[in-house]
Amino acid sequence: MASATEFSVPRSALTPALYRVVARGRETADVVTLWLESLDGERLSFRSGQFNMLSALGVGEVAVSVSGSPSDPGPLRHTVRDVGAVTHALCSCDVGDVIGVRGPFGTDWGVTGNATPHDTVVVAGGIGLAPLRGAVEELAAAQREGAGRVFVLVGAREPDQMVFLDDLAEWEKAGVVVLITVDRPAPGWSGRVGLVTTLLANAGFDARHCRVLICGPEIMMRFTARALNELGVDLASIWVSLERNMQCGLGWCGHCQLGPLLLCRDGPVVNYLEASALMNERER
Amino acid sequence: MRSIDELVAAHPFAAGLNDEHLALVAGCAHNVSLDTDTMLCVEGASADMFYLLRRGHVSIEVHQAGRGPIVIETVGPGDAVGWSWLVPPYRWTFDARAIQPVGALAIDGACLRAKSLEDTTLGFALLSRVTQELLERLQATRVRLLDLYGEPRG
Amino acid sequence: MSVGASVVLRVDDLATLITRLSELGYEVKGPVVRAGAIVSGALSGVGDLPKGVHDEQGPGEYRIAHGDDDHLFDWAVGPSGWKPEFFPPHDELWRARVGDGHVELVEIPDEPRPLAVVGARPCEAAALGVLDRVFIDGAHRDTRYVERRENAFVAVVECSSPAATCFCDSMSSGPNIEVGFDLALTELDDDDGHRFLARVGSVRALAALEGVAFVLASAVDFSARDAVLEGARRRMVRHLDVDGLAGVLARNLEHPRWAEVAERCLSCGNCTLVCPTCFCSDVRDATDLDGDVVRQRTWSSCFSVDHSYLHGGAVRPTTQSRYRQWMTHKLSSWWDQFDTTGCVGCGRCVAWCPVGIDLTEEAAAIVRFDGVTSVTRPSVRSHL
Repeated sequence: MASATEFSVPRSALTPALYRVVARGRETADVVTLWLESLDGERLSFRSGQFNMLSALGVGEVAVSVSGSPSDPGPLRHTVRDVGAVTHALCSCDVGDVIGVRGPFGTDWGVTGNATPHDTVVVAGGIGLAPLRGAVEELAAAQREGAGRVFVLVGAREPDQMVFLDDLAEWEKAGVVVLITVDRPAPGWSGRVGLVTTLLANAGFDARHCRVLICGPEIMMRFTARALNELGVDLASIWVSLERNMQCGLGWCGHCQLGPLLLCRDGPVVNYLEASALMNERER
Repeated sequence: MRSIDELVAAHPFAAGLNDEHLALVAGCAHNVSLDTDTMLCVEGASADMFYLLRRGHVSIEVHQAGRGPIVIETVGPGDAVGWSWLVPPYRWTFDARAIQPVGALAIDGACLRAKSLEDTTLGFALLSRVTQELLERLQATRVRLLDLYGEPRG
Repeated sequence: MSVGASVVLRVDDLATLITRLSELGYEVKGPVVRAGAIVSGALSGVGDLPKGVHDEQGPGEYRIAHGDDDHLFDWAVGPSGWKPEFFPPHDELWRARVGDGHVELVEIPDEPRPLAVVGARPCEAAALGVLDRVFIDGAHRDTRYVERRENAFVAVVECSSPAATCFCDSMSSGPNIEVGFDLALTELDDDDGHRFLARVGSVRALAALEGVAFVLASAVDFSARDAVLEGARRRMVRHLDVDGLAGVLARNLEHPRWAEVAERCLSCGNCTLVCPTCFCSDVRDATDLDGDVVRQRTWSSCFSVDHSYLHGGAVRPTTQSRYRQWMTHKLSSWWDQFDTTGCVGCGRCVAWCPVGIDLTEEAAAIVRFDGVTSVTRPSVRSHL
């Protein structure tokens, strides 16, 4: 099938590149992973934790973190939860459909090309594992090469809402400590039941010398950071991924402000020392 | 083999207890190994024991006819199971089941209550620790009540 | 003559300059009187300029008055700055035709005639400098804005008659201008007659002055300019003490004053519309009658609930939180984000607020009671 893209030069940062959905997989009832290839063969270079603006043409544009690993030579990977008009359109895409992609934007987890001898603890709530997936892939590979240990702690509402189950099994096989818990067990669930914070105390990481990457609902991140701090983790060693209404990714539209930050530019990944005050300010 | 005193002292629940209080608690404790599916607590039964978990996980459950046990939460090493021993009428309100082989310190609640009445400083120390445990569990429960992951995030 | 030179233009010379700019291919715009206000409009000559027109402004007040003098720039600022010329209220960015597995996407060109502004105020030039920080100086350049900006000729006229709402002196953005112009004019009228001191700020201005009759400025003209500016400063009644203000606002987010101002604020967004530095926009898709997708960028305001929408609800649902966002952004977090103030002291938000909320008064109230917090949070009161 013929495809055409025409751009005036220079291409505006607000003009997306066109990508075709080359594969699609359902993670949970409302979460879909799309694999995307650029129509003009371009490869997007990104760091784990960054996001792209994805356009469902005619519906609109939305910020979605890359869920693939920078070292994965395959198609660009995004995992989307169906929560609004644009994400619904994206989740409804079929293989062969064309969407717009602009990016990558924002800060990253600091994992890409930055191995450490210390432990790295990844804490995810629900779909929050998606922006962390690439980082875990990189960390697991680095651990095999002798870098610090990796711990992946995941909380989900119900067992069937746990994303990337295959990946979790792979990571565990590769030597990553994987602990999962759910809020509500289902028949047949023999694992942990409780808040993700209950996984922290016995996970076995070195609280004094570790970095922690958290992504999930803001309340979950606040409670997790507090629990980590009680275990002796320095707040400056904690990073969180924050979310606001991002409409341009470029620092131009003003919607994603959180106090001094423009989250599309200064986030989404923010050190907890800075984030904690902002997360506690009401209606900011 | 470590003595009961050492095992009690090593458990997070006892962190900060003075030697005198540690000895009093250890005097009411014994070390137990429980097989999978052993019931530590049964709803409605007399709450004469509580447990400081050393290894293995325990599920706090409630039983419903036709549905079997409904798991409310799981607790593990470092946690305490049971506080009904502290409050009349001293009866369990939930079931607690070992979901793995469990190692725990079983502590005689009646024994501790008697010692606490004699030595209120011990009573206060224990109450503080139980309250701490209760608070953490209550906070986690409150957060779970929010059903955070049900809230859209994408 | 070279950049940095100063000349004197008579009113007739100004007319020649306008013609010359037009001949050079510019679309010449300047202040004109329309619908009872001084607004931006096309200039075909000095006759279009607001001769003898003055403005009276106060909190929630704006009116123009006609005098019998022949001064062209004896007024402060009108409601519309020059922002819309560089950052259009509505812009169509690209168009896509979506077929079955086939998409054709074409950028919609933005090729307006180069603009020449004759009669921007120093605060307005400063405001363009603030927008430059957002759209040009960051990691991403807004090419549409850059092109309009780079092609534009800006002749600034210094202020002789600030309104009661003006406080540019506090913001170091007026009544004079020293950088950031092609041509800087000062309207003078004394024993030496009605004339303009013109300082040349760019090569483009040299080109524009070719064929315009002028004489080189003397010390007398500069003294006259000093007198004009001194008079303007003396008449400026409104002030904002910016020393340490950003920090005071940042640490007073729970100040009871926010609730008080929210009692009056209508959350109408007028202040953001007239503000020469507000840059927020919505990026949306529309589908036209041919079925083509058009990506649009439209001004938006932090006073709308939608502005902070995050799947499920708005982050700033109350008027109190939205006013606080707007004001702390202007005077505090703008520094963190763009290393500059977001306010140039033009006073438009004061004049065009339908209930007369005065930014300088609100800021001063918080400074006066630095550290006071509400005992209980009143923000749950919804103004939706």
